[in-house]
Amino acid sequence: MRRRRWKDRVFWGGCTLALALIIAPAISVLVSVFHQAAPAMSWSLITHRTNAGGIENAILGTLLLLLGVLIVAGSIGVGAGIYLAEFASGRTERILRFYSEVLAGSPSIIIGYVGYVTLVVGFHWGFSLLAAVIALSTLVVPYIVKTTEVALRQLPTYLREGAAGLGMRETTILWRILLPPALPGIVSGLIVALAISTGELAPLLYTAGFSDSNPSLHLFHQAVPYLTNVTYTDLALPGAQAHATAAAAGAFSLILLIVLIGIGRLLSRRARMATRQMTL
Amino acid sequence: MSVTAEGRTGSWRRWRATRAARSVGPTERIVRSLLALAAVVPTAALAFLAYEIVRSAYPAIVFNGWHFFTTKTFTLGNLYGGSLEVHHGYKAPHGAAYGVLPLLVGTLLSSFIALLVAVPVAVGGVIVLVEKLPERLQGPLGVFLELLAGVPSVIFGLWGVYAFGPLVSRTVFRWIAALHIPWLSGEIPARQGLLTASLVLAVMIIPIIASITRELVRSVPAISKEGAVALGLTHSETIRTVTLPFIRTGLIAASILGLARALGETIAVLIISGNALNTYPRNIFAPFSSMASTIAAILDGALTDSTKMAVHSLAEVGLVLLVVTLAANLGGRALANRFSPVGLPVGRGV
Repeated sequence: MRRRRWKDRVFWGGCTLALALIIAPAISVLVSVFHQAAPAMSWSLITHRTNAGGIENAILGTLLLLLGVLIVAGSIGVGAGIYLAEFASGRTERILRFYSEVLAGSPSIIIGYVGYVTLVVGFHWGFSLLAAVIALSTLVVPYIVKTTEVALRQLPTYLREGAAGLGMRETTILWRILLPPALPGIVSGLIVALAISTGELAPLLYTAGFSDSNPSLHLFHQAVPYLTNVTYTDLALPGAQAHATAAAAGAFSLILLIVLIGIGRLLSRRARMATRQMTL
Repeated sequence: MSVTAEGRTGSWRRWRATRAARSVGPTERIVRSLLALAAVVPTAALAFLAYEIVRSAYPAIVFNGWHFFTTKTFTLGNLYGGSLEVHHGYKAPHGAAYGVLPLLVGTLLSSFIALLVAVPVAVGGVIVLVEKLPERLQGPLGVFLELLAGVPSVIFGLWGVYAFGPLVSRTVFRWIAALHIPWLSGEIPARQGLLTASLVLAVMIIPIIASITRELVRSVPAISKEGAVALGLTHSETIRTVTLPFIRTGLIAASILGLARALGETIAVLIISGNALNTYPRNIFAPFSSMASTIAAILDGALTDSTKMAVHSLAEVGLVLLVVTLAANLGGRALANRFSPVGLPVGRGV
């Protein structure tokens, strides 16, 4: 019996150590990035462009890319999610969902390569906003599809039956009955997509390019600066100042990420409460 | 947040069966077809990616033949010399050689070491999280998983070079070298190398494996665990004899999904691997290259090759990478769909 109790203790000791090994890197990443970024943190960082020691253009560019992803991946992803949840059935449903999930697992550098070969070179778009947004959207659209589908599926069937019993049309049921309670879930999926887009570099390296000027709304032939590229290129430069700038750009993308995760958690809690109220 | 696809209930089937009887006007038809169009996009995008990679790689497949899998070097050749080599009607610069073998070895080796570390850590951590800690602590600690899942890979690169790399080359190196196992020791390493990259990859795939495992551990029926406890088993014995066998298949699927993410990781490996082309890692601390990181690193230079064979060959590397990751992905998902009580999350398990 004593040996078994010892084994029990060793087991739980090992498990606790494992939990510590999950938490420690997360804290270490935050601390080390903000610690390294500290020397570069000043107002001039966000008022100057990358050719003058700041990252203003990269911050604006990242926000612009997020807006683009929200429009392109958002509309396609939410539409696809609605179709899979409400209209598709049988084999079509299974195949479309399966390959959408597989797409999420394909390496991001492949998306970058194909984006470069087809959009940037093949269509003569050059390094451009549209090429970057399409490459990023390809990467994140499966997340939006999945969360939209799950948000709609969690709604009880009698909601639809009741609405149809009142003589509502299919589109009316969708707009007035199903989408409002599913909205928090759908939005939290969009936020996950934005969080991933903030941190991606591989699909953008050869589609967005980089420029020292502020981004514009031109869709073609204008390279877009963005935060992760600053981190990557400045990391390879010599000198403590470049490394501090690299860390500062990283710190900004982490802040953006933490804000997005916070909003996402708030929304998904609200989504859970909404569905709980509705379940009889 | 992990999302799962539960099975349709009977009431849902009834609802679907009455679809023909519902009023459908022209608006409904247009909306439906627009939504259907959107639903095809992800699948079409995947098909397009595969098609374009194959099309772009085709000249290289013909030019390289089987040598692609046996050649140890990947060099672009003399881009400015003017003299060309011709194989099977396709041209490449003189001295060019395109071999995927060291890259394939680097990718597989780093990913498997990462998996070896990540699985026990993720499973152990989740078990103590779900079984021992009170529920009000589980939510806040789950934030760390979400955070790890979301941290950009370039930031893992930064962290790997400045914070974690030095720790590995100083401390961890001494522990492992003290074991005197041939492949696990060598000269004092730089900050970048196989072990550092693999451990960072492990940190990156832990959230995927852990978030699935968390759902799996929660899905174990309480009655079986109560039975084990009633027979006089300790808590840890209950977990080893009831919980772990119950979630085994789901766990394998989760590991395969984590492996797929490690195989395709580009930027973090590019920064931390040390980018040693044309060689196999001599020991676990030596620099190496992976397929994904090499595509990102060399594409810039490959574009200056006027014969385009360098770009085509990189596409062939990409094709091998795509086949390996898709095989892992398809396998893991098929396994989970058939045997696991819990659905798999999409992509990174955010």
